[in-house]
Amino acid sequence: MAAPRVVQTVTTWLDERVNLAEIREFVRHKVVPVHKHTVWYYFGGMTLFLFGIQVCTGILLLLYYRPSAEEAYESVQFIVTEVQFGWLIRSIHSWSANLMMATLMIHLFSVYFTQAYRKPRELTWVTGMILFGIALFFGFSGYLLPWNTLAYFATKVGTDVAGQVPVVGTLITQILRGGEDVTGATLSRFYGIHVAILPLLTTGILGLHLFLVQKQGMSVPLELEHGGRHPEAMPFFPDFFLRDLVGWLSALAVLAALAAYFPWELGVKADPFAPAPAGIRPEWYFMYMFQTLKYLPAKIGPLDGEMVGILGFNLGGLFLLLVPFLDLKAARGEENPLFFWIGVGIVAYIVVLSALGYLAPGGN
Amino acid sequence: MPRRWRPLPISLLAVPFLFLADQVEAQKLPEENSCLQCHQGLGDPRVMSPAEKFPQDIHGSKGIFCQDCHGGDPASLDPQQAMSRAKKFVGKPRHQAIPALCGKCHSDADYMKRFNPTLRVDQVQEYLTSVHGKRLKQGDQKAATCISCHDVHRIRAIKDQQAWTYPVKVVDTCGRCHGDPKYMAGYKIPTDVVAKYKQSVHYEALTKKGDLSAPTCNVCHGNHGATPPGVGSVANVCGTCHSVPAEFFAKSPHQQAFASMGLAPCVTCHSNHDVVKTGDEMVGTTDKAVCVTCHQADSGGFRQAAAMRASLDGLRESLTRATAVLDQAEHAGMEISQARFELRGASDALLKARAAIHLADAAAIQKLTEEGKQITAVAHAKGLKALEDLLFRHRGLWVSVGIIVLVIVGLVLKIREIDQRRHQERAADRRST
Amino acid sequence: MNTPTNSRRGFVNCLLGGGFGAMVVSVLYPVVRYIIPPKSGEPTIANVTLPWKPNEIRVNSGRIFRFGNQPGILVKTPAGELRAFNAVCTHLNCTVQYREEKQDIWCACHNGVYDLNGKNVSGPPPRPLETYKAFVKGEQIVVSKGA
Repeated sequence: MAAPRVVQTVTTWLDERVNLAEIREFVRHKVVPVHKHTVWYYFGGMTLFLFGIQVCTGILLLLYYRPSAEEAYESVQFIVTEVQFGWLIRSIHSWSANLMMATLMIHLFSVYFTQAYRKPRELTWVTGMILFGIALFFGFSGYLLPWNTLAYFATKVGTDVAGQVPVVGTLITQILRGGEDVTGATLSRFYGIHVAILPLLTTGILGLHLFLVQKQGMSVPLELEHGGRHPEAMPFFPDFFLRDLVGWLSALAVLAALAAYFPWELGVKADPFAPAPAGIRPEWYFMYMFQTLKYLPAKIGPLDGEMVGILGFNLGGLFLLLVPFLDLKAARGEENPLFFWIGVGIVAYIVVLSALGYLAPGGN
Repeated sequence: MPRRWRPLPISLLAVPFLFLADQVEAQKLPEENSCLQCHQGLGDPRVMSPAEKFPQDIHGSKGIFCQDCHGGDPASLDPQQAMSRAKKFVGKPRHQAIPALCGKCHSDADYMKRFNPTLRVDQVQEYLTSVHGKRLKQGDQKAATCISCHDVHRIRAIKDQQAWTYPVKVVDTCGRCHGDPKYMAGYKIPTDVVAKYKQSVHYEALTKKGDLSAPTCNVCHGNHGATPPGVGSVANVCGTCHSVPAEFFAKSPHQQAFASMGLAPCVTCHSNHDVVKTGDEMVGTTDKAVCVTCHQADSGGFRQAAAMRASLDGLRESLTRATAVLDQAEHAGMEISQARFELRGASDALLKARAAIHLADAAAIQKLTEEGKQITAVAHAKGLKALEDLLFRHRGLWVSVGIIVLVIVGLVLKIREIDQRRHQERAADRRST
Repeated sequence: MNTPTNSRRGFVNCLLGGGFGAMVVSVLYPVVRYIIPPKSGEPTIANVTLPWKPNEIRVNSGRIFRFGNQPGILVKTPAGELRAFNAVCTHLNCTVQYREEKQDIWCACHNGVYDLNGKNVSGPPPRPLETYKAFVKGEQIVVSKGA
């Protein structure tokens, strides 16, 4: 393709100084394997794209948002009613957060089921799991920022749950809340976490994650690796990239449509002294935990039911985090049906409990 | 101030003394008041009660004690001496003598000034004009006197929340007699007034909304001069607070009509003790409307009533509609607070029109409701405009989605083009090998 | 390479270039509009600057202003002092007004009367009007809640 002269001049100028040839060479040789599971490769990029949208809209929201119990709600109201296109920016931020959690989960489990975490990609997996944890925290902290009733009480319940952790639970709750109860202090904290601490962590860990992906290339599912025949590959640029772009733009169109037709509601301003309203529920990606804690009896043996639940989730998270080191068969390049079925179990559990959360009578 | 104890001459009384020590500490009771000391320890509730109650009585704190009403000598510890005729002991005053006894001080302006210069001194005079006072004069032993309402021996300041005369307690104070059918038997007045009043909007304002100026028994009946307001004065009584309706009523044709029929204003439609919250259904020609009690179908008044109701309904409904449109727009994230602010004018107009119902003039009411409707129309239009703007959002969305789709189509074509090229290259490769 | 392929490629490139351009515009347009601050200014719940100059308010007069979603009333007393209150009558929420001839604050709906300290003095209002603080800042009148 003949590039315009300006572009050529600039490229040459840069080339003389930073040697673009290396990058160009890398891009030219980067390939994506083509097989029946190729479709899963798109979800990582999609998550990255949605994260980019979160960063952009998040920065825009910062222009008008005020993080205090007195003004947070009013400032968000100001954004959605008075600021031109404020409704759009805020709705996209909320919707994109939810879509991102969905693509992130799909990405996570597709990697799990293709056992792509196996040697040599253990670190990629671990950084990915950490990013997942960070994303959950992003969601949890961002949910409170508009300071509406539902968010207020969801945060109250959520931080209460943290208090169930043995020994240090109360301390954790206090640190999270910035005091005994959910107050303006909590809002300040969550704001700091949401716009400073988590973005900083994400930048570092996401950088490492992406670096590892580039360094090691795409993983190929075991079954294909063993097929003997090396799978076909397509150049990343422009072939795969253009396909990626189609996905991203579709996501953008969906986001815009969701924002215009289902604007994210602001609800009622939080009143800490009001009784908890009916139908408090967390964001959907916490629903299965919420629902589990509901079903657990008050006491399991000598232990608190909730505490057992929390312990279970922590062990589950730890299992997922360490799966590359536990699945020794996969590390040797053998398929491991045990881990496959564990994964199916986890997914089934999350799906069923979430569904119960929304459908079970008395669930609301 | 710590109280110093002296050894007592009569050891028998020492025990109740000790008990008394804490109780009387709060009030500046005299160090030795044999009335209180003895009566505390007598064991008979009837004679003990005055001594037990008195420490909370306002009189004690002003230095007025037992002997000031009952005579006798509180300095003497010998009952014979303390309660002797020589010491002007009168014992329990006669029921009929009580107003005069209280009036001895309370009607004496010079005397009362020493305690509180703003205190009224005409209570006894007023009392004598009341039904209670008149009946007492006729020898009715059951008629209320000062101490029936002012808790005898524990008389508190009227601003004291525990006083029987504190606004929220008045209804029970009056109700002690007027709510007791047995006590009131023979007087031919209803005793359901207390229960009825407690259902009224006035009682609710007084007890639930904390509005101490809301009327309780004495506000309409007078306190010391308690008498039911006559037909002629009801409008004045209600009009003290509800001046606008009272004024309108006085201008209305009803004024004359009610007077000629001997009907009391206000209470004929609104009732007296159980005045409940009014509603638009009170006007008009339906069963719930008060108009149809007198106005027969197809009469002039009947048509006026129907027209007034139609005006109220019209404004109220257009207000509801405008509010609904604004709610809808706000829900969708549109800015409508200015319109909502302006809509307040329509609520004001509706309230004014409701008050103006008392003019019984359908044309005047229509004028008010039309003014209100103009305001609701503007707000409604603003709400619709906001919803239209929302449509603009949707249109804008489709434009940008269109653009995105266009780009996607372009990308897909591009991808196909590249795929084709790769296919050809591979074919060429195969041929060459 | 034959001509049809070339012209098709040209068309696709055109479509892509134009489409991308339009898309960038359609993304940037709302963003730029968003960044431009709205005329109404940022919301303040604690105070409001009135659209009048201090000396254009006559002595013994009152004006209604908007404070959040509620009306407020600014009164210049016969003594020339500025005072501000919430203008919502405590009886049934009508908007009150200043009566020059009687020098009081009056609710037309049911003849509720408040004095110039906002205290309910006659008629049905059960409570005084909520008091705001009015002060002059240069050429501006600022009314604030609380304090």
